[in-house]
Amino acid sequence: MGTTPANPINAGDTAWVLTSAALVLAMTAPGLALFYGGMVRRKNVLSMLMQCFMCLAIVSVLWVVYGYSLAFGPGHGFWAPFIGGLDWFMLKNVSISAPNADYAGTIPHQAYMIFQCMFAVITPALVIGSFAERVKFSAWVWFTVLWLTFVYCPVAHMVWSTTGLAGHTWGALDFAGGTVVHMNAGIAGLASALYLGKRIGTDKPGMHNVPFVMIGASLLWFGWFGFNAGSAVAANGLATSAFVVTNTATAAAAISWAAMEWIFTGKPTIVGACSGAVAGLVAITPASGFVDVGGSLWIGFLVSVFCYCMVAFVKPKFGYDDTLDAFGVHYIGGLWGALATGLFAVKAINPNGSGLFDGNAPQLMIQVKACLLTTVFSFVVTWLICLIIDKTIGMRATPEDEVVGIDLSQHHERAYTILD
Amino acid sequence: MKLVIAIVQPYKLEDVKQELYAANVNLITVSEVLGHGRQVGVDEFYRGVKETGNLLRKVRLEIAVNEDFVEPTIKAIIKGARTGKIGDGKIFVTDLPRCIRIRTGEEGSKAIG
Repeated sequence: MGTTPANPINAGDTAWVLTSAALVLAMTAPGLALFYGGMVRRKNVLSMLMQCFMCLAIVSVLWVVYGYSLAFGPGHGFWAPFIGGLDWFMLKNVSISAPNADYAGTIPHQAYMIFQCMFAVITPALVIGSFAERVKFSAWVWFTVLWLTFVYCPVAHMVWSTTGLAGHTWGALDFAGGTVVHMNAGIAGLASALYLGKRIGTDKPGMHNVPFVMIGASLLWFGWFGFNAGSAVAANGLATSAFVVTNTATAAAAISWAAMEWIFTGKPTIVGACSGAVAGLVAITPASGFVDVGGSLWIGFLVSVFCYCMVAFVKPKFGYDDTLDAFGVHYIGGLWGALATGLFAVKAINPNGSGLFDGNAPQLMIQVKACLLTTVFSFVVTWLICLIIDKTIGMRATPEDEVVGIDLSQHHERAYTILD
Repeated sequence: MKLVIAIVQPYKLEDVKQELYAANVNLITVSEVLGHGRQVGVDEFYRGVKETGNLLRKVRLEIAVNEDFVEPTIKAIIKGARTGKIGDGKIFVTDLPRCIRIRTGEEGSKAIG
């Protein structure tokens, strides 16, 4: 008499991962859209909304066609550590009923795929903060397509796939995307901001709608539970731990940024508190499935110190126009988080991760290597993409278009009525 | 005919309007403006970096009047807007060569009131 094999699919895990995918979608639209939208000048708000929204649309399509295959699919021969093949083109062999035991053994493979899709969506959307208020829309579309294909997919593959160089071969730890998403987007932002040069007439943002910034930041905090706790790909203790440390680090970071402002400029601001919270969310991302509450407090309190100094002192000194601080917050926050993972990861939380303070000193060096790889790769390829687009169709909006506003010049649309 | 332009504190607008109505001045145009005189604005910071500009919100009234209404209008505005503190505002009186009522085509003093 045979026994029927147990169905590996777990209903609770599947429900949580699908929910998490929806939560991460909300981080891009409307979370990031409003967060960035409120921070630009009135005449450019729609460009932020449009780019975030269309990022969701464009990447969603590319992901199911070839993106998932390149990022998570098996790599072949020489390419295996760097990029996947097209084995899963159009989700061939990506099942809706059976799991992929390498990535998530208790949920349908397509559930994992759609969850990862939302990460691929938000990463290029983060970059738009650096070149806000001065890019042509047609150039932006090409940037997004090329960047997803030649930067995001390789980095995701290198850190997260079963044959990836940084993750699988070196053993770098990145629970939910500190390197893949935040450092990657942040350094790409810097590369494009440096390539394009400063906006005309100003290098300071013109914050036109602070309530939007707060709504956006709150949605980011809310959705990030899907980002981090969802990365446990199970409804269990690890997801719970990730949820708890995410909230804790974020809260600590919000307090810390407000404190920095109180000390250095005399008053704490809501934009500062929101910026701190976002920095905390970024920093806890790679560490969320590896650290405990103590570690998360250190991570949160310190990230705001680093990022605040970056945006308030270093950026004005060097004068680069990283408009909405994708580099200052996402790269620096992600870098701190990735290194902090090498410090504070404890086996007690996750047997797969142990850091310096847990007695595993080599992990820190592995984190450094992975950070260097991501930084150099992303910077160089992003710069090349900007160059190619600029030399073919031109990347920057014309000065007249920039002065009139990206909304009117690129979309023939006005956000707010002046007369009825 | 004169055009009386007054810049006043936004929170005094209601008082100014009531005084004008009491002085039988009922036709006014009001707009929101930014500006400063000797009243100092408040610094604004974005992520630790000081924003440029310390302009304050003000309200601008424009009132077209016949000659005999100039003094009553000025008195009414002062009565409604004065608090005695720096920032009360200013009144400008300029010549108004022509005034036309769109609905009827009337011109001059008849069109003002």
